[in-house]
Amino acid sequence: MLVRMSTSTAGPAIQVRGLEKSYKELRVLRGVDFEVARGSIFALLGSNGAGKTTVVRILSTLLRADAGDARVNGFDVGARAADVRESISLTGQFAAVDEILSGRENLVMIARLRHLREPGAVADDLLRRFSLTEAGGRRVATYSGGMRRRLDIAMSLIGNPPVIFLDEPTTGLDPEARIEVWDAVKELARGGTTVLLTTQYLDEAEQLADRIAILHRGRIIVDGTLAELKRLLPPAEVEYVEKQPSLEDVYFAVVGDAAEKE
Amino acid sequence: MATHFLADTAVLTGRTLRHVTRSVDTIVTTAVTPIAMMLLFVYVFGGAIDTGTVPYVNYMLPGILLITIASGIAYTAFRLFTDMRSGIFERFQSMPIARSGVLWAHVLTSIAAIAISLVLVVGVALLMGFRSGAGVLDWLAVAGILLLFTLALTWIAVIPGLTAKTLDGASGFSYPLIFLPFISSAFVPTASMPGPVRFFAEHQPVTSIVDTIRNLFTGQPVGGDIWVALGWCAGILVIAYALADLTYRRQIS
Repeated sequence: MLVRMSTSTAGPAIQVRGLEKSYKELRVLRGVDFEVARGSIFALLGSNGAGKTTVVRILSTLLRADAGDARVNGFDVGARAADVRESISLTGQFAAVDEILSGRENLVMIARLRHLREPGAVADDLLRRFSLTEAGGRRVATYSGGMRRRLDIAMSLIGNPPVIFLDEPTTGLDPEARIEVWDAVKELARGGTTVLLTTQYLDEAEQLADRIAILHRGRIIVDGTLAELKRLLPPAEVEYVEKQPSLEDVYFAVVGDAAEKE
Repeated sequence: MATHFLADTAVLTGRTLRHVTRSVDTIVTTAVTPIAMMLLFVYVFGGAIDTGTVPYVNYMLPGILLITIASGIAYTAFRLFTDMRSGIFERFQSMPIARSGVLWAHVLTSIAAIAISLVLVVGVALLMGFRSGAGVLDWLAVAGILLLFTLALTWIAVIPGLTAKTLDGASGFSYPLIFLPFISSAFVPTASMPGPVRFFAEHQPVTSIVDTIRNLFTGQPVGGDIWVALGWCAGILVIAYALADLTYRRQIS
């Protein structure tokens, strides 16, 4: 018991070392390493097919890695899958909500599955926090993309799991809905939850993340804070116009380098 | 984990049952095709089929009930397939719940939905003049056999529901099952069929099940048929369950 307590509270929230995964001939992950500190927002940035979703699926016990070591909340994802599932929530790439149920029914269902007392009160509280009280009684099929995502994230919060995975939370949303989702994610982090989000939008990582890792061709090629990433480029030269490199510049510079080496 | 199995399955079954009650059309369509067949056979073909002293609607109802079950499981596969495709399935799989509860919820819902369809079909049959001398015990035996057959076919439906690549693939498997009662004693006495067809008809599962239910309805002794019928149902159930369970484990690991 003592050992279990110590493994679940000490150390980083997520630890990944040498993670490898292939689908037949295709090597999706070729040795991924990173760590996520407790209570931080970590963005895994990469283009389509870079392997972001594969990483999330392995960390959320939906997929087994071929090699390497992955721990979530101190628990090995392979050997202690049940403990990992107690520690996490997954908001997948496609809104993981039940379209036929109402928003409130979705929340009540998850609260029941987490064996919470007063699932109705939990649902009403979350509807309020995510500005869905009015829509709560309506079927989710009638919701807008932004509302669906907010409900999705609200469902992930039930039971206060210490680690939350958000796989491309704003893909396919209009700009207004994106900002709604960003606010929801910031709200999570304020409560001390560790968030790992994947995104292909550079500004999203820039807006939300304490730390950013760029996943490219199955490897993490850069990992640091936004300031550290920006320092990778030579300092801005003062000519007539001063221009700071944006994260986008950094991204294409490092991605381009790695591509040439291969 | 095991202590949560019942509670989790109950919550998940509540969810899938709502899917059914909010699309009542699926129950009605399940019942409509067998009812149409019943009308067609009783009022069009029935006059030409010699079933002795037994009224034709009494004769063919057992077969119609099996067709109802076979068309009902197409929706079971459909519901499971839709779930697999949506993100909600992955959410459940990444939660600390009894994982097999997700599958059992679909199975229990399938039984409930098909039971309602069966009641509808029997209701129409009563309007068409179906009468039975069966006592309470006979009816319970009929219900038990239908339940076992539904359970067996439902577990078959789970396999395409889990593995299908397209919606048509998920529900198309039920067509041969719907067709099977036609090559049995369900509509025509097997004695009128040519040799090889007759051999097939008399040795396939539907005939023993139909004969058993027919005898129960008419208050006749069921003889050895009931054991053959139960044997088929139990055999199909065990094999289908084992295959479905194996498929499910492969999918989620």
